[in-house]
Formats: sequence, C-alpha cells, structure tokens
Amino acid sequence: MSNPELTKTSMRDDDGVLGDAIRKIASSVAAILTTLFGLLLLTFIIGRMIPADPVLAILGDNFDQVAYDRVYAELGLDRPLYEQFFSYLQSILQFDFGQSNVTRNSVAADLARVFPATLELAILAILIGTVMGVPLGIISAVKRGTWVDHLGRIVALLGYSAPIFWLGTMVILIFYANLQIIPGGGRVDLYNDGLVVGPTGMLILDALLAGEWEVFWSAVHHITAPALLLGYAAMAYLSRMSRSFMLEQLNQEYILTARAKGLGERPIVWKHAFRNIRVQLLTVITLAFCGLLDGAVLIETVFGWPGLGQYLTAALFYADMNAVLGAVLLIGLISICINLLTDVVYRFVDPRTRS
Amino acid sequence: MSATPKTSFKAWLLNDDFSSPAQARAHQAYVTWLRFSMNPLALGGLVVVVLLVLAAWLAPFVATHNPLTQDLTRALLPPSSTNWFGTDELGRDVYSRLVYGARTTLYIAILVTVIVGPIGFIVGAAAGYIGGWIDTVLMRVTDIFLAFPSLVLALAFSAALGPGIENAVIAIALTVWPPVARLVRAETLTFRKADFVVAAELQGASVPRIMFRYIVPLCAPSVVIRLTLNMASIILTAAGLGFLGLGAQPPSPEWGAMAAQGRQYLLDAWWLTAIPGMAILLVSLAFNLLGDGLRDILDPKHA
Repeated sequence: MSNPELTKTSMRDDDGVLGDAIRKIASSVAAILTTLFGLLLLTFIIGRMIPADPVLAILGDNFDQVAYDRVYAELGLDRPLYEQFFSYLQSILQFDFGQSNVTRNSVAADLARVFPATLELAILAILIGTVMGVPLGIISAVKRGTWVDHLGRIVALLGYSAPIFWLGTMVILIFYANLQIIPGGGRVDLYNDGLVVGPTGMLILDALLAGEWEVFWSAVHHITAPALLLGYAAMAYLSRMSRSFMLEQLNQEYILTARAKGLGERPIVWKHAFRNIRVQLLTVITLAFCGLLDGAVLIETVFGWPGLGQYLTAALFYADMNAVLGAVLLIGLISICINLLTDVVYRFVDPRTRS
Repeated sequence: MSATPKTSFKAWLLNDDFSSPAQARAHQAYVTWLRFSMNPLALGGLVVVVLLVLAAWLAPFVATHNPLTQDLTRALLPPSSTNWFGTDELGRDVYSRLVYGARTTLYIAILVTVIVGPIGFIVGAAAGYIGGWIDTVLMRVTDIFLAFPSLVLALAFSAALGPGIENAVIAIALTVWPPVARLVRAETLTFRKADFVVAAELQGASVPRIMFRYIVPLCAPSVVIRLTLNMASIILTAAGLGFLGLGAQPPSPEWGAMAAQGRQYLLDAWWLTAIPGMAILLVSLAFNLLGDGLRDILDPKHA
C-alpha cells in the first residue's frame, strides 16, 4: 500500500527545486483557470436567470411570431444549454460581451471607456488607505491601551461601520452645498471636458503627460472627495488588520529577545516585527482593493463619477443585462488578476513560500 | 454544607467547586457574562442591538404615526415635536418609517444568518473533515464566489432575480457563505486528527455523526463571532442594495432606500438622508462592537 507513495516522494526529491517550482506554478495556473471557468459559468447562469425575455428586449412591442422565432434562433436560445454556454465562452474569449441595449455600443467598448476612470479612483484610494491605514494600525498596536490606540480604533471602527453612500451624500451636503469647497460631481469641470483625450484614460495622468495644467488641477479637485472617502474605508480595514497582525508579532519571543538585547523600540518595530507582517499585509491590501470596487459602485453613483460602478448601476436601472454581466465579469476578472499578482509577489517577499 | 439559597445565589454561581453539571454550566455562563459586562463598548453594542430588536418587535407601539400614511399638506417638514425626525416628500413621518424599517433590517440580517450558518457548517466541515477531492471541489467553489466583491455579486444576483426583499436575502446569502465555510474548514482541520475524533472513528461513528456531534460544536464559538461581525456587513450590503433600488420596494420602509429617496431633496430636507444613514451607522457599529466583545471573551487566542 505504502510503496507507491514512497517512490512518489523520493521522485519529488530527485526533481529538485526547479521541478517543484514548475509543479507549483502549474497547479496555481490550473487553480486560476478553474476559478475563471467557474466565474464564467456563474455569470452565464445569472444571465439565464433573468425573468425578462431577451427576445422582447430586442424586438420591442411590435412583432409577429415569425420575427420572434427568427430572433429566438439568432440568439441561440433554441439550442441546448451546454451549447449556449460554449458559444458564450467563445464570444467572451474574443472579448465580445454583446451589445448594450441602452448605449447601443458593444459592451466591451463601453467597458474600455469607463474602466480607466474607476481604476484611477481605486488606485488613488488604495494608496491613501495603505499610506494612512498601515502606520495607524502599527502605531495603535505599539501604543496599545493608550489614547492613541483608542482614537485610532474609533476612527477605524467608524470607517467600516458607516454606509459609504451615506458618507458621500453627507460630504456633498456639507462641502458642496454649504461650504462650496468641492465640485458637485463628475471628473472635471464642464469647460475642461474632452480637452485631454490621453493614452491611459486616467485623466490626471493624461493631463500631466499633455502638460494641460488647468485640466490637471480640475481633475485633482474633482477626484479628491471620492478618493478620500474610498480611501477612508480602505484605511479603516487596513488599520484594523495591521493592528492585530502587529500585536501578534509583538507578543512573540523573538521580540522579547530583541528587547533583552537592549535594541531600541524603533528597530524592534520596523526592522523585526514589521518585516514579518509584510506578507499578511499584502494579502489584506489585495482584499481591500477588491472591497474597494464594492465601495466604488456606490461612491461613483453618489458623486456622478463616470466609471464602471456608475455604468453598472445605470445598466441595472435599465435592465440592460449584457452590460450588467459584462461589468460584473470584468470586476471578477480584476479580482482574480490581483490575487494572481499577489501570489507572484509573495514569492519575492516571503522566502518561506519559495522552499 | 449549603448556605441559605436566597442570599447566596451569586455565591452558588461563582463557586467553582461544582456539585452538578447544571451548576457548572450556570457558573460558566455567569462568569462569561461578568467578563463581557466589563467591556463598556461591547455592552453599548448589546444595548443598541436589544433596542433595535425591541423597536422592530414593538413597532406599532413605538411608532407615533402610520409609516405608510401620506399627507401631502405636511410634506418635507423639518423635525418637530409632532414629527420627531421630520416628514418626507409624501408627508410620511420619518421617525415611524425608521422604526418600521428596523423590521426590514433585522429581517434581512437574521434570515441571511440563518441561511448562511448551516451552509457554512456543512460545506466547511465536509471539506475539512472528509478532505480529498471533496475538499478540492468545495474550496474551488468558494474561491469562485470569493472572486467577486460581495456587493457586486449581490447586485448581479438581485438583478437576475428581480428586485425585492426576499431576493435581496438570497443574493446576500450567496455572497456571505464562502468566508464562513472557509472558517469552519480551517477550524475543522485543527482537530480532525485530535484524539477524541480518532476515538469516535474507532468506535465506528459515521461521518455525519462525527461532523455534527464532535466537530460542529467546537467550531461554534468562532462561527458565532464571525456571524455577529457579519451582521454589520450584511446590514451595510442590504442598505447598499436598497440605496440602488434593489432591496425592499416602496412603499415599505427600508433605511437604504429612504436615504436614496431623500437625496433628491438633499438641500431642502437634509433629515431625509441624514437620519436613516445614521440609523444604519449606529446599528452596524453596534454589531461590530458586540462581535469584537464576544471575540475577546469566547476566543482568547485572537484577543
């Protein structure tokens, strides 16, 4: 019984590090492909669950039975489900998400147009969240039980308890309607709109590249409030997580050893403890980024930010299922890609995952 | 050697030299409660949750008006002694709608939790205890669900199922179960090789018996904590769906939808948006504090 297993393990030893690495990469690629397949299956099922008749959505009110049957066949609805699924897979692989019933564009083109706006917002927000949240959590942990810790925890607690659409609305009420410090919505002032059509689609970057300072400042002005709010939500989560990671490290014996050796507080915290939480931090920053896409859907709706979130909610409002599924699939794909990226970065940061 | 029972009930509870299993259990519960009540924040959270439950249960007595009665002559009135939180665009009393909205909020949160708990237990315990290809398949499935941010997945499902409160419950439940299953699996892995499980296996206990008699009870504390903390995020997701018009449908009162409708009158009637939002914040804050407090007591290794 145990003989084949023995040879198997010894073979694995003979393969050495290279074979092991290849096997690991192969298994993670396989895992990602199955996740991807499942993702597509899920969106396919959701698409088939819609109560509305897709044929009626195309034909409108005036049609006869012949036209109905023709469109029904054109959509492939007369074929068995697994065939429909395969043709769905084929079209997705060709980046064909169908046509939007509202904008009359292909969903893929629409997504390419709106996605950079969301990416710009999300990147800025995760930067704000990381730069503020991680140090806050670490300081909270180091100064555990003091007023600094309590204050930090309260700020974080409010951040992940508050409904972000409500925070956004209140910010608009106070800072736009009453104080008039921030603009009312959108990405730039109306008279700056369309001045810069850049290579990245991220307006701040494009304006900078083109040297259009007025557009640049207008864009910065517009992105500040939504990015800060999203960043606050990410910060709340990240400071809570980094606090608990740091507390766990500070209770370890190697920290006690370092203290006994007479090492100062700063090297203990940053050179010893922090090094050991980097990998965990990377994981939660990834999770925070994915969670941020959730918040972006709501914040974009509140601030009239013409990104993926607003596109998704508008599509929901008009029951434009192709657009909804395309946007949802894109968000799922982004999450998978980010997770994959973290997996790769792990191998560089954490020597334990290499062996 | 028993003292007079009336005066020493507390002493009986605190005495750890037990004379009966009932006393041991009572002692455990009492000591846990004492430790919990020493945490003022967690206690505050509990108070808010209890108030929420009472408001939902006794809504007809707590509310001052009928939440659905419209009176266009009294539309958009600011907070006053007759309408404590003002009136909305149709002249309905915001305070009364808020009180009835507590029912919607609790209904969603409890129903989702009741659906998700057993699914998480079964999937997680099966994956962790049985292992092998069942583990692989189940964990792949949770991975797929985890690949979506929760609100986006809930949005997609409620778009497909159509708006409405029951569909919102199903949509949210579909997004909440994977982390619970993951947690149960991780916990199960830590004691699937424990002596008491092996002993039960040697006695010929069936797989379901081992899972439900030996493994599930041991996972229960951490799952209860997770579900309590989850309540906060369920409430936020439900409010988000309501805000986007996919949750409870008008005219039934739902806090997220109330805040969304109030946005149209933001400049004239700030209370329409501000007050429902504050209610959501308060309740989700309370569940977070309660969950943190429970974790400190029941799960000392994460304290």
